[in-house]
Amino acid sequence: MTVVLARENGISPEQEADAARIANAPLTIRGLTVSYGDKPAVFSVDMTVEAGKMTAIVGPNGAGKSTMLKAALGIVPALSGRVNVFGAALETQRGRIAYVPQRASVDWDFPTRVIDVVMMGLYRELGLLKRITGAHRAAARTCLERVGMADFATRQIGQLSGGQQQRVFLARALAQGADLYVLDEPFAGVDAATEKAIISVLKQLREEGKTVVVVHHDLATVADYFDNVFLINTRKIAEGPVQTAFTAETLQAAYGGRLATAQVDQLGAAAALHTSQVGAT
Amino acid sequence: MLLDALLLQLGYNASLVAIGATLLGASAGITGTFLFLRKRALVSDAISHATLPGVGVAFLIMVAFGGDGRNLIGLLIGSAVSAGIGLWCLNWLTRNTRLAEDAAIGAVLSVFFGFGVVILTVIQSLGVGRQAGLEGFLLGSTAGMLWNDALIIAAGGAATLLVILLMRRPMTLVAFDPEYASARGISVSQIDMLMMALVMAVTVVGLKVVGLILIVALLIIPPVTARFWTERSDLVVVFAGIAGALAAFIGAALSASAPNLPTGPIIVLVSFALFALSLLFAPNRGVLAAVMRHVRFQRQVHLRQGLLALAQGQVIYEPLTLRLLRRHGLLRADGVATETGVARAAKALRDEHRWALVRADQSLEATAALYDGLREIETVLTDDQIRDLDRRIGTPREVLA
Repeated sequence: MTVVLARENGISPEQEADAARIANAPLTIRGLTVSYGDKPAVFSVDMTVEAGKMTAIVGPNGAGKSTMLKAALGIVPALSGRVNVFGAALETQRGRIAYVPQRASVDWDFPTRVIDVVMMGLYRELGLLKRITGAHRAAARTCLERVGMADFATRQIGQLSGGQQQRVFLARALAQGADLYVLDEPFAGVDAATEKAIISVLKQLREEGKTVVVVHHDLATVADYFDNVFLINTRKIAEGPVQTAFTAETLQAAYGGRLATAQVDQLGAAAALHTSQVGAT
Repeated sequence: MLLDALLLQLGYNASLVAIGATLLGASAGITGTFLFLRKRALVSDAISHATLPGVGVAFLIMVAFGGDGRNLIGLLIGSAVSAGIGLWCLNWLTRNTRLAEDAAIGAVLSVFFGFGVVILTVIQSLGVGRQAGLEGFLLGSTAGMLWNDALIIAAGGAATLLVILLMRRPMTLVAFDPEYASARGISVSQIDMLMMALVMAVTVVGLKVVGLILIVALLIIPPVTARFWTERSDLVVVFAGIAGALAAFIGAALSASAPNLPTGPIIVLVSFALFALSLLFAPNRGVLAAVMRHVRFQRQVHLRQGLLALAQGQVIYEPLTLRLLRRHGLLRADGVATETGVARAAKALRDEHRWALVRADQSLEATAALYDGLREIETVLTDDQIRDLDRRIGTPREVLA
């Protein structure tokens, strides 16, 4: 009945399916504004994260990339805006979100071992009082293996290198068994081995049908790593598949004078090249 | 005398004080650990100083209703209310102004304390009620401790411990990584409030024993002491409880064993003694261990460098290196390597080559992370792995001088 009505209204089934997909998207943000003091860091931003894809959030320093995600997850207060997660209110979907904060946001001299940090990912499962059993430890260990850190399980977290710390954070997120993974600058200041390890885990997650959103700063790898891109500079600049949204024009719009024209052309060309390769295969 | 005190043989009051203080020490140490881990240790100082006006006002209210103003429960409720107000002011200042938390703590602490002193002075000049002993809340007074007082401490301590047992996971999570905790739906501000409420409870029940000026020592010194001995937060909590209980018990016994020794300050001093011992002698984080580690490390570096220099035929100038090589029988007095010296030097150079391969090998990352130029490769790799490395290095090449 509704279908018939919709057709009479001139809405095609495709459009309807589209609307349903957007309504149930892993993360939809509408009109989100966040400000520190009187200066908005993020202004009236809309974002729709596509399910089962890897999305990069890209923009210059101070463009509000991290702030937008933190506000979307309720970590910092928003001035205005609506956020839906899997088509429902954020609070009802907390268990399906795994967040990986910036490495620098915690004190690494905190008295805790690698395995204990990963065990924090089992927080919901353990609840307040349940005892930690061998099964929990085994689950945590499996997550450490996935990021190549199993040998480090009993080390104090302060003894790890930056890249290793980042992988422990990712292992903690894996332990949650979530459907939506949100990572804040996971590749900032890490070694090449870590970058490879993280990206391969993220690609595995995508193959399992999970959705991955990453705040990313390295323009050179965007086209290689991600399906979709979201360009932001306080306001939304562009959103969509890398081929269409990550172009010389959109980059220019996001970065303005901060990128040399040559750089912009190069990146735009790289994205185009990537597209043609994808098209060819 | 002291032994008698330690064995609770010094009479009813002394035993009561010792037991009460021990319970307080344990619960203060455990509660304080979470503040310490959250890096908000000084908030407890603001809370404790903010109790004073409440004590005075509660006294006045009780006198106005015809009492003598000495009801301990009434005074403690008063102190809790004013500490709560102080805490609210502190939170409001940090959240709604540009004032940083340390500045806000300074402001709240001094204003509330000043206000409290004014009220106590006014009470003295009024000459109403049985006001003697009110100043005991400043530095603690255990002389007239009653069974009921000990009971209040025991009940308060048990209640805080129960809450901590129940909430230890979210509190640890918030202390370590508040952003992550918040993304998981834990309200950071509520957990912070809970921590503050626990600190307030411990402060209020501890007022009578150590007084508001020194209670902060009971909250902070035990966790800092405990931190020296472990790298695990759950063990820091347990050790802090033990350190707090131990300091309080020994302190109470000490003060009971000699006349006119104030209980609270003695407990704090004992607590400090435990801290100083830990600071000096703790196995990994202690000062002595650090110094010894440094000296040992320096010698190992010199020895290793000396061996590598020998292997490569370089001249050694460093006096310490020469001395160490000679002492180990690797170098003769005339500067020529002994037989063992030559062998050890060759081995050192070969190990360097082995390590270079390990560090270039992605699959051996965990092992490579252990490389510090000194570690014997046999301690981290199996014989088979080393043989495999040696195959890749090939036969020993002649080293050109």
